[in-house]
Amino acid sequence: MDFEYSEEQVMLRDTVRDVLTKTYDVETIRKVTDSELGWNRDVWKSLAEIGILGLSFSEEDGGAGAGPVEVAAVLTEFGRALAPEPYLDSVVVPGALIAAAAPGHELLSALASGETLGAFAHHEAGDRWPMSAVAGTFADGKLTGTKTLVPHGDCADQLVVSAREGDEIGLYLVDASAAGVTRTAYRTHDRRRGAQIVFDGAPAVRLGSGDASSIIADVEVTTQIAQCAEAVGALERCLELTTEYLKTRKQFGVTLSTFQTLTQRAADMFMWLELARSMSLYATTALSEGLADATIASRVKLQVGKSARIVGQEAIQLHGGIGMTAEYPVGHYVSRLTAIGHTLGNPDAHLAALSRKVNDWDMVSIA
Amino acid sequence: MQLEFSPEEQAFRAEIQAVLAKVPQDLRDRHAAGKMKMPDDIINSCRVLNEHGLAIPHWPVEWGGKDWTPIQHHILKEEMALAHVPELLAFNHSMIGPVIAQFGSQEIKERFLAKTANLDIWWCQGFSEPEAGSDLASLKTKAVRDGDEYVINGQKTWTTLGQYADWIFVLARTNPDVKKQAGISMFLVDLKTPGIEMRPIQLIDGGFEVNEVFFENVRVPADLMVGEENSGWTQAKFLLGNERVGIARVAETKVKLAKAKKLAGETKIDTGTLLDDPQFAGRIAALENDLLALEVTQLRVVASSADGKPNPASSLLKLRGSQLQQEATELLADIAGPDSLPSSGIDGSGIADIDSAEWAQRSVPQYLNYRKVSIYGGSNEVQRQIIDKAVLGL
Repeated sequence: MDFEYSEEQVMLRDTVRDVLTKTYDVETIRKVTDSELGWNRDVWKSLAEIGILGLSFSEEDGGAGAGPVEVAAVLTEFGRALAPEPYLDSVVVPGALIAAAAPGHELLSALASGETLGAFAHHEAGDRWPMSAVAGTFADGKLTGTKTLVPHGDCADQLVVSAREGDEIGLYLVDASAAGVTRTAYRTHDRRRGAQIVFDGAPAVRLGSGDASSIIADVEVTTQIAQCAEAVGALERCLELTTEYLKTRKQFGVTLSTFQTLTQRAADMFMWLELARSMSLYATTALSEGLADATIASRVKLQVGKSARIVGQEAIQLHGGIGMTAEYPVGHYVSRLTAIGHTLGNPDAHLAALSRKVNDWDMVSIA
Repeated sequence: MQLEFSPEEQAFRAEIQAVLAKVPQDLRDRHAAGKMKMPDDIINSCRVLNEHGLAIPHWPVEWGGKDWTPIQHHILKEEMALAHVPELLAFNHSMIGPVIAQFGSQEIKERFLAKTANLDIWWCQGFSEPEAGSDLASLKTKAVRDGDEYVINGQKTWTTLGQYADWIFVLARTNPDVKKQAGISMFLVDLKTPGIEMRPIQLIDGGFEVNEVFFENVRVPADLMVGEENSGWTQAKFLLGNERVGIARVAETKVKLAKAKKLAGETKIDTGTLLDDPQFAGRIAALENDLLALEVTQLRVVASSADGKPNPASSLLKLRGSQLQQEATELLADIAGPDSLPSSGIDGSGIADIDSAEWAQRSVPQYLNYRKVSIYGGSNEVQRQIIDKAVLGL
């Protein structure tokens, strides 16, 4: 039983932290996320050069063969820095789908190097987690349907698309610039990017064979756990910013840290942060040991989602007016945490899922 | 990172289970049902554990300790809860034993440690006073040197299970002219000494668990002071730091929650059982998740406490652990619902001899009793202040 990073993992974390903190302060984040692309290609190149982008790919596919723990360590740093580069959406998720459906596919090394950007086009109008209905269809090499929320679908070169072929759900590769692909890009409230993508008889190639539902479900679990690791980084910063502010901001001639009505609440924020971190480490460890399933994903999504609401709201409140301004970082973290909370199931949805399983075990247990 | 316990730890767990099975089943059943025979069940259970080296593994090896890893201590506590073995007597095994082993004279160690481990002496705690609760260092009970003795005068309160105790460890002021923490000493006092009176305090659950202790010219031999004169605050901090370890009671709460789930599944409502009700199932699922997050947190704290020093994060365990213990007892009381109203026969003893189940009749007294867990051992507000100071630097 061990929930600590190894020495190598700590080094990896520190390297990523170094790159990202050198690059991003709140002004830079605002500037970069106001650009059309919404992120920085130079940072992307640096991350590719130090091997971060290819981390989760096998060595044969041009990667480092690292596991979920390393990916989580990286994403926690993305969360801390609020780095907008689409590491998870454009590399890890499409890479995991392709590697599972079509092992050894030539696109994998292009994703691992950061030269080609992928995206997973899955979410359709009216979908909420858990998503089940895939209405897009594939026949005679052509794909038809509309995917409404494709994270970083605006900048993707290659799209992994879910669609129905007869009774089966399949995964298909579509060139984003092909005829019959229409993208409408949008900004999210947390300054990220996405696109609604209409496929109107777009040329598509099936990835692998057989029903891909279980691959999609597995990658969903991976994504949920990875996003929670990112959220933990954002939660850490919410607390750090708040404690720094309480120590330095003076009112009535004294620092805010002299008011117990504020510091008692900061202690609770610490508690909710640590509970979220624990559940994230637990789920990440389970994932790396092949034990993660939808139940564990719901557990971490519920805890992290709950902690994010409490810590985020308290962080703004304890800052007062300054916490409301776009010039100050804390609100950006809260917006990001809120976006993660609404992706792949909010706390209510995951609590409902766990409630339906509550009869499946007598005593709740870790392993 | 790794989710499984190592093969060695799993083997260790099996050894522990084998010893715990030697604690008589009827005793463990009484504990599970919340109706232990006091003090016999605590004493008898402790002696089985002590015979097999499980009562004081956290003490120094020289005095019977085991030099275990923090994970091994964790496994013992968890298995005790799962097997319904009563906890050891905190005052002996967690509090005064380790203090004597750390700070006591050789003579005091030889005189008390083995008997403390085996519960041949039952200790109680003389710390809190009517005017010194969270602000313990402001205590007023005085000890004045008189030849080879100290003379103690004052009043202690919240002395848990003092009615069964043989000895009491007392903090008393030996120097009133210095900073409040710097004038306190710790004494070991035989409760048979003339001038001591113990009065029970009835609590809101109807039970008698705590006492007031009055000291009037109580003469204590000077060699029964632990450590140097005026060094008592050091020992008190050491003791209170130990008190918070294991105070989260994760496994105990798990056992309660499993019981709650079973009972909810047997409780009929108009649409099926209580457990079929989505609202109620959600409450249980949420509590299970909260508990799991606390358990992993506890394992993280346990792993990082390897140097034996209390980790300030243990305040987090106390804070959250007490909240979840309270939620579990609240849940049980809510499952009992109207059947929780009867609580005893007309003479006030036992339980009412009616159709309402025994567990249901005991549920609200337990719920009320558990309001204590966020107050004792440093209230949750004090734990938050510790987090603020020691972790957040506020």
